[in-house]
Amino acid sequence: MSTLPAPASVYRAKEGLGLWEHRGKVAAVGIGHSPTFRRWDGTPENSVGGISLEALRRAMDDAGANPADIDGLVMDPSTTTGAFWPKGKPLPWEAINAYRRTDDPLDGITGLSAEWILANMPELTGIGFTTYGVGCMSNAICVAAQAIGDGRAHTCLVLKSWHNLEGRYYQGGANAGEAIPGSSAIRSLWGTPACFGTAVQFAEYCRKYGKSHDMMAPFIENSRRNGLKFPEGYWAQHRPEEITPEDYAAARWIAKPANLFDNDLPIMVSAAYLFTTAERARHLKQKPVYILNHATSRTRPRSLTPTLDEVEEDTARTARKIYEGAGITADDLSFENMYDGFALFHQFHIEGLGYRGLKFGEALDFYQTDIGISGPNPVSPSGGNIGCGRSRFWMHTDCIQQIQQRAGARQVTGVKPEIAVSGGPMPVGGNYMVWSATPD
Amino acid sequence: MPFARKRAVAVDRIIVVAFNAPFRLEDSGEGMKQGVDPDDLTRPFWEAANEHRLVIQNCAACDRLQHPPARSCHQCRFGDSLEWKEVSGRGRIYNYGVVHDCPIRLLQEDQPFNVAVIMLDDDPGIQMYSHLSGTPVDAVPVGADVEVVFEATANGQKVPEWRVVAQER
Ligand SMILES: [Zn+2]
Repeated sequence: MSTLPAPASVYRAKEGLGLWEHRGKVAAVGIGHSPTFRRWDGTPENSVGGISLEALRRAMDDAGANPADIDGLVMDPSTTTGAFWPKGKPLPWEAINAYRRTDDPLDGITGLSAEWILANMPELTGIGFTTYGVGCMSNAICVAAQAIGDGRAHTCLVLKSWHNLEGRYYQGGANAGEAIPGSSAIRSLWGTPACFGTAVQFAEYCRKYGKSHDMMAPFIENSRRNGLKFPEGYWAQHRPEEITPEDYAAARWIAKPANLFDNDLPIMVSAAYLFTTAERARHLKQKPVYILNHATSRTRPRSLTPTLDEVEEDTARTARKIYEGAGITADDLSFENMYDGFALFHQFHIEGLGYRGLKFGEALDFYQTDIGISGPNPVSPSGGNIGCGRSRFWMHTDCIQQIQQRAGARQVTGVKPEIAVSGGPMPVGGNYMVWSATPD
Repeated sequence: MPFARKRAVAVDRIIVVAFNAPFRLEDSGEGMKQGVDPDDLTRPFWEAANEHRLVIQNCAACDRLQHPPARSCHQCRFGDSLEWKEVSGRGRIYNYGVVHDCPIRLLQEDQPFNVAVIMLDDDPGIQMYSHLSGTPVDAVPVGADVEVVFEATANGQKVPEWRVVAQER
């Protein structure tokens, strides 16, 4: 039987649920990352299937776990950055046939099933539970944490992978056509790029609070600086380029007020984590990072794009869910790793959280203070998508590494890394996790 | 040629193109929106646009407008009470962005261009996008009153667009 998406009930999407029933009883232990690539080079080992196998094996090695002891696999079957296999283009049979394939020849190339993984990892002999957390690593980790807490598995691999192919994405298909279906036309006829909604929210934010786009420069500079200290990241591996405020000011607009550096770079990469029970985690190689809560926003905007009011209402609601289930307050956060792809919405996330007492409209002023990893108020120490390329998981890896005290050159030094929060993607609609050095 | 002027030409054309007149693509000129193929869900919206009327999906049970249209009401979850309601065609500019890197080939030569978010007077929770014909690039009067106009797309299907009628209230 094929693997199914986790039911919606697995996610903690409501307020008033109280403390998470499995608070502190599930832990992240191992981390495995593949190398990063801008686009697939056509080789089997660098296909999305190939890099996923690499990430999964590294996560088990990192944790010192025996593959036969793994009994769960939670992953996202969608791997696209926006790129799909072009219609009519011959299939890449050399890469396909380098692995054991499933019924879909593009499984492992432009998508990834749990069945493909299991067919190609014969060492995983004990898997009794597979499910999909569809969307992002943020979905998969929430699903995996709940599954382990509920006893559906005791040791899970959690996987998210991305493929990227040749060409500029979003430029073909319907976007190149003379006519589009009426349902998509209602939103798409005006030619708005993906960052448009965030750009409008940011424009309204600046109007309402008297802020300006140049006030984002310290955040961008900090994100790339942190990202260059993330050896697993794309920019550190391929293009070790800092972004200065001058670079930021000179960057071309995509949808003003969102410029090139406010957008992230699509890449190929895979990451896997090893999650297990707090009890079992004690016997593995790395220090356990305990999960205090997971939380979800499933809020639907009223119309085409969320207004600033809708954003602020929802980030505040999300924060209440995050804190309630974890039994903490904003004061307990050692640092934050909320999502940043687009950079222009990071402030919505951290204002909603009330990180360091921030209220709505205050984050851009906060960015003008010391937000670096050696100060008392670290902002996005992972560097996020802006610092490492688009994966939507650097934030989670960084929380685990920071709390394990093995973030290397990126290790926060101005605070003791005890409790952190990460998640996204959108300020309206996302999945979040609270990580802790101790189970209580 | 600046985008705003070309857009004004496109809007003017709807006045001279008779309804139901055969539409030839070579008439479309530059900067036209992609054509629209109405589908089951949205056909009443597009048919009304061709008659220069703006209709929005409404749940009669909840007395609540919703846009984009959906198969069921997002509030009561039922689809039985959904109807199409004609609205005033007046609204207000919430805010805007200026598109410099557009994914749609037909619009790329017009870059950069405004895209404003319009909130309907009938219910400010309901939004529509607009290229704001006649408004210079990056000089959009946030908060200004707008009214609906109907513009022909590349296949002759008309689409609700908006123009500024008065500065901020
Ligand atoms: Zn209803």
